This record gives sequence, structure tokens and C-alpha cells, in this order.
Amino acid sequence: MDATWTALLLSLKVAGSATAISLVTGVALGFLLARARFPGRELLDTVMTLPMVLPPTVLGYYLLVLLGSRSGFGRWLSETFGIRLIFTWQGAAIAAAVVTFPLVFKSARAAFETVDAQLEQAARVLGTSELAIFFRVTLPLAWRGIMAGVLLAFARALGEFGATLMVAGSIPGKTQTLSVAVYEAVQAGQDELANMLVLVTSAVCIVLLLSAGRLAPGRIAHQS
Amino acid sequence: MSIVSRQLLVSLGFMALSCSVAAAELTVSAAASLTNAFKDIAQQYEARYPQTKVLLNFGASGALLQQMAKGAPVDVFASADQETMDRAVKEKLVASGDRRDFVRNSLVLIVPTDSKRTMTKLEDLNRPDVQKVAIGVPASVPVGRYTQQALEAANLWTAMQPKTVNTQNVRQSLDYVARGEVDAGFVYGTDAAVMKDKVRVAFTVPLKAVISYPIAKTASTANAQEAARFIDYVMSADGQAVLARYGFLKP
Repeated sequence: MDATWTALLLSLKVAGSATAISLVTGVALGFLLARARFPGRELLDTVMTLPMVLPPTVLGYYLLVLLGSRSGFGRWLSETFGIRLIFTWQGAAIAAAVVTFPLVFKSARAAFETVDAQLEQAARVLGTSELAIFFRVTLPLAWRGIMAGVLLAFARALGEFGATLMVAGSIPGKTQTLSVAVYEAVQAGQDELANMLVLVTSAVCIVLLLSAGRLAPGRIAHQS
Repeated sequence: MSIVSRQLLVSLGFMALSCSVAAAELTVSAAASLTNAFKDIAQQYEARYPQTKVLLNFGASGALLQQMAKGAPVDVFASADQETMDRAVKEKLVASGDRRDFVRNSLVLIVPTDSKRTMTKLEDLNRPDVQKVAIGVPASVPVGRYTQQALEAANLWTAMQPKTVNTQNVRQSLDYVARGEVDAGFVYGTDAAVMKDKVRVAFTVPLKAVISYPIAKTASTANAQEAARFIDYVMSADGQAVLARYGFLKP
């Protein structure tokens, strides 16, 4: 039971951080690609959707090579800030953030594109600043679509395994998330523990998906 | 082409495909440390007996056992320690009379080649400059169990817990050391030899137990004769020569 709770709390911490990172970057880039018109826009969209279709082990390998102790970036991080990302929960969060970014980005872009441009024009005519338009007109109108994407991203980050295992390893209490714990329990023949972990993960994901379904744009929340 | 003649062509095609699968297939689940040696052995075996195709499946011995327990169709099982084979016998996956010891190995502590640390004994791992050590998960990885025995004998197991990075099999430990992500790792002597350019052996770990690998045909095998012949080949002079080339010791 103890092991399950540790793994669950760690999974929530990693998934929460990853979703926060994806939220900020996904919304920003989703807004940019929804509004700005420039050559190569669709190509950029494709590149940013790539982490969703690449196998997680491929992403894990890229991250290991780019963030590892031997890489230029990794060495700079450890020499300047003393930060080592491999085998830490922060590394796991970054791996999950990379994997879930496309989910938020695509939902955000679609949501922003459905916002009626005339409403934003009206606000502009009334003299509101661009920043205020974004936070008071555009975002409130797009938030349902964005939230659906964020909930999916959180559920995906919770289940992240391949990239996490390669980048963060499996250290109980530090990087052994629920999905990694299940893998190890099955390998060691600890079926009871595996069952408990799988049950907890499934329950959390069902709740998340139900919430996401209610928020999708166009769906009426209450059928009375 | 008329519908009838097209159907005829397709059925002939399928029959031709199924005829070509007349060769026997042998599925061998072997411990991760046997990867290089068994790939060579399988190649030589297939050259000697062209009717047989050897399918190799590598992983931590505990993980391989779980696959078999859950019904994976394996013909031959080669484990890195007696305990996993004992479990296989207990779960009736292997008949106790079928197991034979075929090689021995040693446990070593490795460091990245460019590491500036000198370590000569287990106690050196207690130093503050050693922050991360790769150790296999004892529940499913034999090398992790051997490591635990060695560290417990030196009263260092509990002290090592905060520094331990758990790995799923011995080759993952080797990879972490080769990449410099950990300061040291426990692997077999034969694994260290595979990556001589990236890792170096700091010292051989003193171990009371003997690291002895058993091999056996499974109880559920459909190719009992083929499996027995493969095991005989591993035990023969040719098979033993391949294993010796990779640094394995005589059984």
C-alpha cells in the first residue's frame, strides 16, 4: 500500500509539472499559429505535433542524448547550476512535457481558431490593449477547448512510460512513477502489487477522461 | 482476369507461402549477459543444422521467468543464477532433472573510462564523491541479487540505498556507466569486456556465492528433441569455446 501511494504521489507531481509546462508553451504557440500567418506555418505545426506520433522510446533517446551528462547542454547545466536532469523527477517531468505538448498545442490552436475574430475587433475598436484582449476576450472564449486538451495531457503524462524510464530511470520515491512501478512489479512476479497499481491508475484516468469529455467545445454540459 | 482465376491465384499463393515454413523454430530465452555469446552460438548452430531457426529472447532472468509463467512459448531457458531456475522448477515450468550448469561468471564494479576516481574496495563507494551507482533490481535481476549479497556481507547495503539507481537488467547498468550517467555500476565481468572502450573495471567484487548459470529445456516445449540438441551444443566444445571467447568461465 505504501509503495502504491508513493508512486501515485510521484506520478501526480511529475504529471502536474509536465502539464503546467505544456499548458504555458502549448497555449502560447497555439495562439501564435492560430493568429499569425507566415510561410512554413503548417510545417512548424507538423514539427510540433511530432512528439505525439514518435515512439516514446525514440523521444527518450533524444532526451538522453540532448540532456545527458555527456551532452553540451547537460554539461552546461551541471557546471553552471549544478543541475543534473537524468534520474531526477524533473527529468521525468521534462520527458512527459515533451510528450504531452502536442495535445495542448493542437487543442489550443483549434480553440483559438473558433473564437470569432469580430469579437476581438470590437474590443480593439473600443480601445482595449492587445494583452487585455487576450486575457479578457480570447482566452475566456477558448478555455473550454484548452482545458479539454490540458486534461488529456495530464492523463497522458500520468501514463508516460517509455521516455520516462530512459531519462529518469526507476528510483523508488524519486522517479518510480505508477507506470514504471507496474512494469517492475510484473517483472518481479509481484502480481498483487501490480493489480493494485493498475487499479489506481485506471481509476484516476477514467475520472480525468470523463472530465475532459464534459469540457469539449460544443458539448452541452447539462442535458436537462 | 476472371474472378475464378484470380481466386485460384490467391489460394495458390497462400499455399506456396505456408509450404516454405517447414523449418523447425526454437525459442531461447536467455539472460541479458548472454546476448553476444548466444547470438554467435545461434549463428553457428543454424549453420550446422540449417533446418532450424533459433529465435533469441534476452532480458533479466526474472522478467524472462514471468513471461514463461504467463504462457510465453519458450523452448530453452538460460538463467544467470540458480535462484531463478529454482523458481522455474517450483512453478513447474522446468523439470528439475533437465537443468545443467553451463558457465560461471564474476561480479565486477565498473566506472566510465574517463572517470578520475580510483576505487579498490566496496567501502570506497561510501565516499561523498560517489553519488550514483547502478544496481539491478534484486527482485528480478540476478546481478542485483549478487550485488545485494556482496554489499550486505560488507554491511553497506543500507548505506548504498540513497545512491542506488535501479536498472531492469545488467545491460542497462552497463549502458548507464558507459554514458557517464552514473559514477559506477555492478555488472558481470563478461559485460565489462563488451564495452572495453567506454568502461573499465575498478575491481572484482568479493562474493561468497559462486555465479553459476543453469540452462534447461522447458516443460511445455513442443520441440523437446530440438531443445535438447541445442543445449548439448551449448555444452559441447564448440559452444563452450564461444562462451570462453566472451570471458565466461568454465561451469
